[in-house]
Amino acid sequence: MKIIYFSWVRERIGINHEIINLPKDINNIEKLLDFLSHKGSGYKDALSNKKVLKFSVNFEFVDITHKIKNDDEIAIFPPVTGG
Amino acid sequence: MVVKVQKEDFDIADELKLLNLKKNNSGGCVIFIGKVREKNNDLIIKSLEIEHYPIMTEKQLETIELEALNKWPINSSLIIHRYGKLFPGDNIVLVMTSSAHRKTSFKATEFIVEKLKTKATFWKLEETLNKKYWLKPEKN
Repeated sequence: MKIIYFSWVRERIGINHEIINLPKDINNIEKLLDFLSHKGSGYKDALSNKKVLKFSVNFEFVDITHKIKNDDEIAIFPPVTGG
Repeated sequence: MVVKVQKEDFDIADELKLLNLKKNNSGGCVIFIGKVREKNNDLIIKSLEIEHYPIMTEKQLETIELEALNKWPINSSLIIHRYGKLFPGDNIVLVMTSSAHRKTSFKATEFIVEKLKTKATFWKLEETLNKKYWLKPEKN
């Protein structure tokens, strides 16, 4: 699974993307956030406030309960500020 | 229907030609240009760095434009959004729609500009004289 980070999520985690093998018991975005938060303090800092974060799977906005698979491209980011 | 996500500036006269206004029975064309301000409240802005999510951004802009086309009888439309490091006075975004009647174009253009605020995957890092911070979404 490819995971991409943007804006202050990217800054706090310290990388712009990574490839992981999705553990079998991680089947939605919320569980993925909990899994990633254990990877280090930067992850925890970036991902702890779940209510603020936005997500996309394969370039479509999804909510935190969305089901995920190992071949998905996930992006995690703050609310957008386009325009 | 045109969507462009680009680093370079745009020329409004050149882009206007893409709307084919001479041949598509348009009675009105509304143009919106979003620019980098010189100040945010009292803070003097040095630069505005815009990050985006390639592929998703283009898809989102196309979706926004299609939504507008489905809501109003628009003859032609265009969205250009820039990314990269910009400076006060620089152009950020260009939205243009043309239609038979002006009210349609005003409504469609405003709809597109408002949707960009919540659906287009851009993030802005503003730099003032002594700090940098990620902008938060506008509340209204």
